[in-house]
Amino acid sequence: MPKTIAEKILCQKLGRDVSAGEIVVSPVDLAFAQDTTGPLTVREYRGSGFKKLANKYKTVLFLDHAAPSPQAQLATDHILLRDFAAETGCVLSDVGRGVCHQIVAEQMARPGDVIVGADSHTVTAGALGAFATGMGSSDIAVAFALGQTWFRVPESIRIELKGRFPPGVSAKDLILHLIGKIGADGATYQALEFGGKAVETMSMPGRLTIANMAVEAGAKLGIFPSDAITEKYLKDMGRPQDYRPITPDKGASYERTIEIDLATLEPTVARPHTVDNVTLARELSGVKIHQVFLGTCTNGRLEDLSIAVSILRGNKCAPGTRLVVVPASQRVLMEALEIGYITILVEAGALIASPGCGACLGLHQGVLGDGEACLSTANRNFKGRMGNPNSFVYLASPATAAATALTGYVADPREVL
Amino acid sequence: MATLKGKAFKFGDSISTDHIVPGRLAHLRSNLPELAKHVLEDADPTFARRVQPGDFVVGGQNFGLGSSREHAPLVIKMAGVSAVLAKSVARIFFRNAINRGLPVLITDTDKINDGDELEVDLGAGSIKDLTNGADLIFKPLPQAMQALLDEGGLIPYIKKHGDFKLE
Repeated sequence: MPKTIAEKILCQKLGRDVSAGEIVVSPVDLAFAQDTTGPLTVREYRGSGFKKLANKYKTVLFLDHAAPSPQAQLATDHILLRDFAAETGCVLSDVGRGVCHQIVAEQMARPGDVIVGADSHTVTAGALGAFATGMGSSDIAVAFALGQTWFRVPESIRIELKGRFPPGVSAKDLILHLIGKIGADGATYQALEFGGKAVETMSMPGRLTIANMAVEAGAKLGIFPSDAITEKYLKDMGRPQDYRPITPDKGASYERTIEIDLATLEPTVARPHTVDNVTLARELSGVKIHQVFLGTCTNGRLEDLSIAVSILRGNKCAPGTRLVVVPASQRVLMEALEIGYITILVEAGALIASPGCGACLGLHQGVLGDGEACLSTANRNFKGRMGNPNSFVYLASPATAAATALTGYVADPREVL
Repeated sequence: MATLKGKAFKFGDSISTDHIVPGRLAHLRSNLPELAKHVLEDADPTFARRVQPGDFVVGGQNFGLGSSREHAPLVIKMAGVSAVLAKSVARIFFRNAINRGLPVLITDTDKINDGDELEVDLGAGSIKDLTNGADLIFKPLPQAMQALLDEGGLIPYIKKHGDFKLE
């Protein structure tokens, strides 16, 4: 039977025919946790009496959510994770290295891999053609020890993309548009499989942004075929040997197909307090923004900083609006330094924080005050998400973020391009 | 199987893991009794002190959307809640709840009002609202999840079986 990408990966992994709806126990190629889910993972692992990791080279702890730690208790959690890494020999990505999902994309994920992480945005690696999904700490503790986990093979929704993004519009606008269209539970338990003519020219950073937010529609996976762009990305990351092509079969069975013409998209914003509360940037022009946050596993890559730089170069942020920039990884920071982006952003009034999750989840580096509004390039705007239930988070693209920083109000970037 | 009895605490649609345990309290995740005092704080700040052992959390659509933090079902269970009832539930929360031995029952929660006394028969798949007389049913869990729940969650299951025997 013709297979979707999700089915095909599990067929290859298990060496037999599997189809949507089946329960399978699959080996995992990579299992990881981060500093807010890792301590419980470690405790469950130890409490279960597990003695040995299935594969220490494919077990990773990332210190990224509270990095460097803003609080004593979180610093103590970091000690627990460092000690576990020393004791078991697993891989440790310490504070300042960057967000787990960015490092997984740069250094670890391969097309066709099965990847599980104790973080919902593990779906990001689907951009490289990996079967990658988030789970809780207990599941990851078991994956650490057994090197396997169970899945229900998901049905897939095919997202067929055509056309080209108009100026000022990017992958973030597409995924916000899609989530607005199908809703925050529009793909629950299912895979969002992206394909079509437009994917052939879509950059890896764009794919990562889209795959990252698949979970905001409830999806188990946000997955792309691997192709020449994947191959080039892996080569640029110094691991060309990790490439292999993964494509869906012609005639594979989809739960439904949604077609989107990129040329019809406009700068799009998710309003507080749900990601599917979507409208166009131009509909929100009177909304005052106190903080603009450019970064995260959604939009903290060099391409994202580049878009912001093209708008902010030689300009200043509006008085009363602060711009917080957090590169997604140390690699992104180094590249941005070398090209001169950091200087341009700082001259425009930005502050730069260390690579990691930054202000996204309300722990540090930009917690909001009562009544304040933030326009963020992150992936979530739930009530209280940025550290204060009495604040408001709008989600948008790097271009919309930069334009908003300039004007102090939610802005349509096409007006400043 | 057990019969559960308690009071319904009704919440709306789209209760996220940030409503249940917000990121700003991440420093309490290694101090679970303290974290549990804040359960569902951003949805109802009075919930933690009003909930009694055996009570039910009753949500609407897409309960538990968002983060993979297992602390969300964990603190709901620690508060004494015997089951979560919702019209639909987000994938990772669902998996985490079962892994923690917290039943999640998918049913038409519109028929239940805040404060109603409920009686749940887990074996029969039925819910009786003792306050308004409504009779509800819930879908049985997928077999794999039922196998985990029957052992009290994922870790007890693995301790007993040593491995997954779900296929």
